[in-house]
Amino acid sequence: MFEQFKAKAEGVSAEVHRFSTAAEALAFLVGFLQGEGVADLAGQYGVFAACPFLNQVDRTSLAAIPGLSFEVTRERAAAAKVGISQVDWALADTGTLAQDATAIDKRLVSTLPSIHVALVETSGLRPDMRALLADIRPEQAAYLAMITGPSRTADIERVLTIGAHGPERLVIVFIDRMGGSN
Amino acid sequence: MRQEFKTSIDRALRNANLTGALGKFSEAYKVNRAKVYEGIDFEELRGQIAELKSSASSILPELVEQFRKNAEAKGAKVLYTNDPAQVREYILKVVRENGVKSIVKSKSMATEEIHLNSFLEKAGLEVCETDLGEWIIQLAGQTPSHMVMPAIHMTKEEVAALFSKEVDERLASDIPRLVKVARKEMRPKFLRAEMGISGANIAVAETGSIVLVTNEGNARLVTSLPKVHIAVIGIEKLVARFSDIVPILKALPRSATAQLLTSYVSVITGPVPNSDGSTKELHIILMDNRRSAMAADPMFKEAMQCIRCASCLNVCPIFRLVGGHVFGKVYTGGIGTILTAWYDELKSSEEIQGLCIQCGACKDVCPGRIDIPGLIMEIRRRLVKEQGMDLTQKAIFSVVNNRRMFHGLLRAASVAAKPFSKGSKFIRHLPMFLADLTDGRSLPAIAAKPFRDVFPTIAQPQGLKERAVFYAGCLIDFAYPEMGEALVKLLNHAGIEVLFPDDQTCCGAPARYSGAYETAARNAADNIKTLMGERADYVISACPTCTVALCHEFIATLESLGNSHWLPQARELAAKTVDFSTLAKKLVDEGRLTFRQGQALGAITYHDSCHLKRTLKADQPPRQLLRQAGYELTEMFECDTCCGMGGSYSLKLPEISAPILQRKIKNIKDSGAQLAAMDCPGCVMQIRGGIDQDGAPVRVRHTVEILAEQVVASVGKP
Repeated sequence: MFEQFKAKAEGVSAEVHRFSTAAEALAFLVGFLQGEGVADLAGQYGVFAACPFLNQVDRTSLAAIPGLSFEVTRERAAAAKVGISQVDWALADTGTLAQDATAIDKRLVSTLPSIHVALVETSGLRPDMRALLADIRPEQAAYLAMITGPSRTADIERVLTIGAHGPERLVIVFIDRMGGSN
Repeated sequence: MRQEFKTSIDRALRNANLTGALGKFSEAYKVNRAKVYEGIDFEELRGQIAELKSSASSILPELVEQFRKNAEAKGAKVLYTNDPAQVREYILKVVRENGVKSIVKSKSMATEEIHLNSFLEKAGLEVCETDLGEWIIQLAGQTPSHMVMPAIHMTKEEVAALFSKEVDERLASDIPRLVKVARKEMRPKFLRAEMGISGANIAVAETGSIVLVTNEGNARLVTSLPKVHIAVIGIEKLVARFSDIVPILKALPRSATAQLLTSYVSVITGPVPNSDGSTKELHIILMDNRRSAMAADPMFKEAMQCIRCASCLNVCPIFRLVGGHVFGKVYTGGIGTILTAWYDELKSSEEIQGLCIQCGACKDVCPGRIDIPGLIMEIRRRLVKEQGMDLTQKAIFSVVNNRRMFHGLLRAASVAAKPFSKGSKFIRHLPMFLADLTDGRSLPAIAAKPFRDVFPTIAQPQGLKERAVFYAGCLIDFAYPEMGEALVKLLNHAGIEVLFPDDQTCCGAPARYSGAYETAARNAADNIKTLMGERADYVISACPTCTVALCHEFIATLESLGNSHWLPQARELAAKTVDFSTLAKKLVDEGRLTFRQGQALGAITYHDSCHLKRTLKADQPPRQLLRQAGYELTEMFECDTCCGMGGSYSLKLPEISAPILQRKIKNIKDSGAQLAAMDCPGCVMQIRGGIDQDGAPVRVRHTVEILAEQVVASVGKP
């Protein structure tokens, strides 16, 4: 299912990575944020929405990145370059991420910054939407969000352009074993 | 047709940007749509959607109540109303209660329908459309020309000019740069808006959920940043079960924009937290505006199965020429014609219904399985019922139904036009007000002797075992008797004697397609009496439009008028009737018809006639026959796109028919074949006339003529 997901997601211009452990994913994330020049500067902030991943890993290396905050306000998110959140599911047949996004910070970090990094447990893979909707009831998730690739538009002369109102890059990080750091 | 309407058509046709953009899009759309539906059983999928939507529309009041109960239990406020004014007043009340000054909107056709923006702007509010296409037309002060791609009619240069004015800076017409400008301009508006207004693509009664589908991400911002969210939803979006969203979300993005899924799908069930810790105020307005009345109509309830993908626009040969604006201010294209007739009033569709050429391309791709051309015909029927036929039309039908008089008149006109036909078989130019008819197309000169007078002179072999009644139809009878002769020759070779009952008359298609069902029913009765009066094994026609009349429309017309007297015989006739190529293929397969062996006759290209392919589903037999006869089939681009004839359509709207024909001619020439075959004498008339004026060295012939030249006597034949 992962390979199918990867092909479909890359087909809609998402970037897909996969790591065995949360620690490896953390190392990638730190490098990524540094590489993107996340800094304590409006327009260059990073915002990280509360999620199980953050409880699993040693945050020291993240805390050392200036401009990366774990308190997500709309002002902060609006001035951020990178937003990070954990999503709950990945749908293989369309390359779609799905998330209970009722908490506002999850939506702020995935809508306002120009790059959205989405962490997802590999066990969250489902074959398709039908399988997902068997797992989740809307009564339990007031805002169920599905994301397939970065924001796009073709409203001017039908020319596909990536990055309309939402993120212009979607970086998906699969983590096989979230529990434990080895 | 009013001059104003004709003028709007002319303006659209002359707009090269529009026809260029739409033409390119429609070509790419077909290819991409096919690609995203690979591996999916479309018939099964649209069967599911049609079923769930039609069952929902049959219990709308219950679903409205169920939705209200479930959404309110979650904390949303729900208003159901039939009255657009009440929708506007309600929104204004919520605006006042919350001290709202600025509103951001994500795309909503329901709010377009009730002209909400101008109402709110008059009340002193800042209203900003955030969908890029909607924003562009808002800045331009226009209305959407397409349900899914509102600004498809504008060029990047026009957009750059609009944006330059808005940001007070000269912008180049670089599309990614323009999109960035829109993003930047819109951000502060999103952040300062106190209210977000959206539509919804689906509303689920079982859970009180609304589903929003977007690509740009604007709906996520509209439903997340402002503290108040109002969703305005037409009640046709209601479905019963949560699981019903799966097939709709499978079809909607594929059919709308040829995507597997849009970038964002949001399912919202009750109010969600705001960024300041408060809970959002969520209002859901279920707008009826005559949808219940539509759902209660035995015919038009089918239109409630629409999921608003606009694929009927994308495949329409007319829409790609004229775009959306000629259809009116809100809903456009095929389905838009139907929605306008209901949400506005029947009379509003009087002119735009005439734009439909009845080719059936939209019916084939509709994910809600709506018979869009059928419903447009029903609009015509009701308009005629309400307003009566105009006198010219009445006079025409009375002549058409008197066969010898009809031929006499046509022939007289043809002879009178002799100076114009320059002794050829064409009338190239007609004088004065008829000039439009020969603009880009020559009309056939009317045969000196109609088929009905030629037939008795044909010597058929004696002792043939089977009998077929030949139904000629107007064109073969009066313009192309040689097609009839070819058919007799071919069937004789297969051991079939051909009968031509002299009392046969017009098949009624022209009357039916003009909404004159009473006239069509008389035609049906007359023909049933005549054609069933002979003992025969088959009734055969070499005109697909006539065949469709005999096979389907006699029954439908009689049924719709509650005329049961002729129905049993109409059904018998339908069962016996077959189109030329289907019967010929059967005869070849049975070994009763044989072509000359080992012929290499060169390249041929085949044009699909709308009724043959899409109603009779017989697009393969003629191809197989032509190959078997020794031709090498070279498919033209868009082989199954209408040629623009559409019966009297080319007479009523020649300015639209002509460019459709030009495309067809170009595609035929580009195929490289110097012979084009087709199964419909109407298409022959249109295309042969177009080729004549174009001067290309291509022969245009009916399949029956081509095959008749290649048949040889079968072994063991009498």
